[in-house]
Amino acid sequence: MRHVNGWTNRWAGRLSRHRRRPIAGAVLLLLGLVLTGSMYAVFAPAQAGSTDSNEELVREGRALFLVGCSTCHGVNGEGIDTVNGNQLGPPLAGVGAAAVDFQVGTGRMPMAQPGQQNPVKPQVYDQDEIDALAAFVASLAPGPAVPDEADYSTADLSEEERVEAIARGGLIFRTNCTACHNFAGNGGAMPRGGYAPDLSQTEARYIYEAMLTGPGNMDNFSDGNLSPEEKRDVIAYLYSLREQPAYGGFTLGGLGPVSEGLFAWVVGIGAMVGFAIWIAAHTTRSTRQKDGQAA
Amino acid sequence: MSIDTSKVADSNTTAATAKKPNRAGAAATWADDRLGLATMMKKNLRKVFPDHWSFMLGEVALWSFVVLLLSGVFLTFWYVPSMGEVHYEGSYDPLRGVEMSEAYASSLKLSFDVRGGLLMRQMHHWAAMLFIAAMMIHLLRVFFTGAHRKPRELNWVIGCLLLLLGTLEGFTGYSLPDDLLSGTGIRAADGFLKASPVVGSYMSFFLFGGEFPGDAIIPRFYTIHVLLIPGLLLALITAHMLLLVYHKHTQWPGPGRTEHNVVGYPMLPVYAAKAGGFFFIVFGVTALMGGLLSINPVWLFGPYDPSKVTAGSQPDWYMGWPDGLLRIMPGWESHIFGHTISWNVMVPILLVPPLMLTILILLPFLESWITGDKRDHHLLQRPRNAPTRTAVMVSLMTFYGLSWAAGGNDLIAITFDLSINQITYFMRVAVFLGPALAFIITKRWCISLQRKDEEVLLHGYETGIIMRSPEGGYSERHLPISEARAFTMTARDRDPDLAELQSGEDGVDANGLEPKRSPLAGIRRRLQTTMYADNIQKPTAEELEAAHHHAEHEHELQAAMEGVSADGHQFDGHHLVEEETLRGDH
Repeated sequence: MRHVNGWTNRWAGRLSRHRRRPIAGAVLLLLGLVLTGSMYAVFAPAQAGSTDSNEELVREGRALFLVGCSTCHGVNGEGIDTVNGNQLGPPLAGVGAAAVDFQVGTGRMPMAQPGQQNPVKPQVYDQDEIDALAAFVASLAPGPAVPDEADYSTADLSEEERVEAIARGGLIFRTNCTACHNFAGNGGAMPRGGYAPDLSQTEARYIYEAMLTGPGNMDNFSDGNLSPEEKRDVIAYLYSLREQPAYGGFTLGGLGPVSEGLFAWVVGIGAMVGFAIWIAAHTTRSTRQKDGQAA
Repeated sequence: MSIDTSKVADSNTTAATAKKPNRAGAAATWADDRLGLATMMKKNLRKVFPDHWSFMLGEVALWSFVVLLLSGVFLTFWYVPSMGEVHYEGSYDPLRGVEMSEAYASSLKLSFDVRGGLLMRQMHHWAAMLFIAAMMIHLLRVFFTGAHRKPRELNWVIGCLLLLLGTLEGFTGYSLPDDLLSGTGIRAADGFLKASPVVGSYMSFFLFGGEFPGDAIIPRFYTIHVLLIPGLLLALITAHMLLLVYHKHTQWPGPGRTEHNVVGYPMLPVYAAKAGGFFFIVFGVTALMGGLLSINPVWLFGPYDPSKVTAGSQPDWYMGWPDGLLRIMPGWESHIFGHTISWNVMVPILLVPPLMLTILILLPFLESWITGDKRDHHLLQRPRNAPTRTAVMVSLMTFYGLSWAAGGNDLIAITFDLSINQITYFMRVAVFLGPALAFIITKRWCISLQRKDEEVLLHGYETGIIMRSPEGGYSERHLPISEARAFTMTARDRDPDLAELQSGEDGVDANGLEPKRSPLAGIRRRLQTTMYADNIQKPTAEELEAAHHHAEHEHELQAAMEGVSADGHQFDGHHLVEEETLRGDH
């Protein structure tokens, strides 16, 4: 024991002798940095792509964010509250890349004006810029990533599996989605001027992201709620509706009995009255018509 | 009574030999010998029907009912009225393996696996929509032209019952496929029953054979839809048409048309061809709509499941107006002794629609009570000549239309980018204000048209010819209308003189006693005043005479121009212009 103490003391004494040297601070700093860096490398979440290009992307995204988004969302995406307690823009930490890809990719963001609901518009940023913005927002806090095409594609399924997937997707869609989006995905009204958008043109990727992130009034269907396969099935069902022939003829907007009633009155009754006028136009006369005048 | 014997044969030398009858004649004789229908047919085949397009609106309803019978029979061959659970294994892939009722599965089978099944389903549905729409416009035509007056009040009542039954028939019919949309409708009906105080839940359990949805409602609705209501409809339609034949058809006034005749074509051959042809037209239009326009795509709705609902859940159009009232009704409820009274459901569904139906049925009786008019009427009135009546119906139509629009509030909201809440607030006011405004506007409009008619009768029509007097003043020349037109315009009763109408009740009777005043008499007097007070009275014979005299005088003043230069008639079609020049001989 004594022998060990002696060795430690000697070694500590040697260190102590150098402790006031100018290089000591720099060495300590270096040690601390190396330690922090290696700890971070061990514990930090793995990022897609190489670290270098991702950092580059985040930097680019931050630059874009500061110009186009920070007015409402804050320079660090922390959100800005108004004096009335409303939000100018919500905090973005944790919304994930998927939310950015959905909101900016469908043109909903940046908003042209405040309103009940931000409508779909032509994209303001191109896809590279959107990726950069998404990378920056994803770097704020962990959140859902942009889905791969493999997540929602049914290309690798056999025909039989595909039919099953569509039937399963139909069940999920009718249970969870038709209440707002209408039975054929043609959209419906929400309170105070809001609306559940028409899904008949929406790209698969954005449908997937919408389920994943729950934009606006929409519910958030996380992977624990609807598994990625189930999300894929819903998309497959919606796509099957687009490919489906219009079995009954013109769909009249696919909005249900209101448009059918409109057509019954305008087309149906309109035609009937037209024919009635035509039939009744050839009738008896109780007065003599002048010669030479057309009947 | 003497008998004319000049045509009776006075000799009997040769046996009578009938000409060899043709085949049709032989068949007719064979039938007549056994059925004895010839006498009845002889009379009815010559029955005369007047022609006017608006008289054929009821026919649209009749013929769409025939289309409904034909297509409905086709549907019953495959439809299975059962709520038994099956797994779908038909040819519509997106529902493959899904659990559903046999009713829904058979509707899918009709749509995808039966040849012509979808066409028949769609024709049946379109015909149902047209059936009720046609009944409604027929009803409006009858009321606006005064054809509901004595002796046709009971036929009016039958018509109202047909409208009610048609609506119920439609409701039970669109419930049968047991899809998500129609199931939502049945769920709503269950809610309506349960909203009735005290007896609500008992009625609901009685109808559904237990708690909603149970497994009895589809077979029950099927029996009601294919047996009970069609039977009643057929019986009432028969009664409606027998009364039509008995009363004879009404007609528009005109030269040669009186309260005691009907001017038109006889049943055979002309009217049978017209009406029969019209059936094929109605069938054709319905078939085109069934073939080209998608209606009730049940495969998209999916099978009924009480836990689901879809956006755009509306009933068919004829149930739209109570649905609209339900949508705009504030959520009022009261709680009495632990029971909830749901005013929010009771008022729009259980109180207002029956009230509206009652008002509709009573309209002819109310009118004859107010006017005191108990005479028969077979000549129609133009809507403008009964301004208050016309205004009442337009007011009712406005209420109906606004409630109806409120039933589509969500689709109005998304189509026109509006807020569903603001539409609701607007409608809550509009259903009260709209009918009142419509009443006033319609009444004044009718009176203005009457004023114009009077102007034309008394002073002639505007020729468009501007005359300059020697003093330099300008005036438009009016010319008298043709006699036929004047006759048609004046072929109506003068409105009763209000003072005269009400004096009998006011003054003392022959014994010098004050007449008994019922509390209703005051109301009736006030309604009489509302009914007639502002109308433009038909000009009297003296007024017409005086006006014509005045016109003749004017003509004398203008006579100097005839043949000298243009009298202005070269261009208005009043006489031929071939041999006339604009500037006389120049």
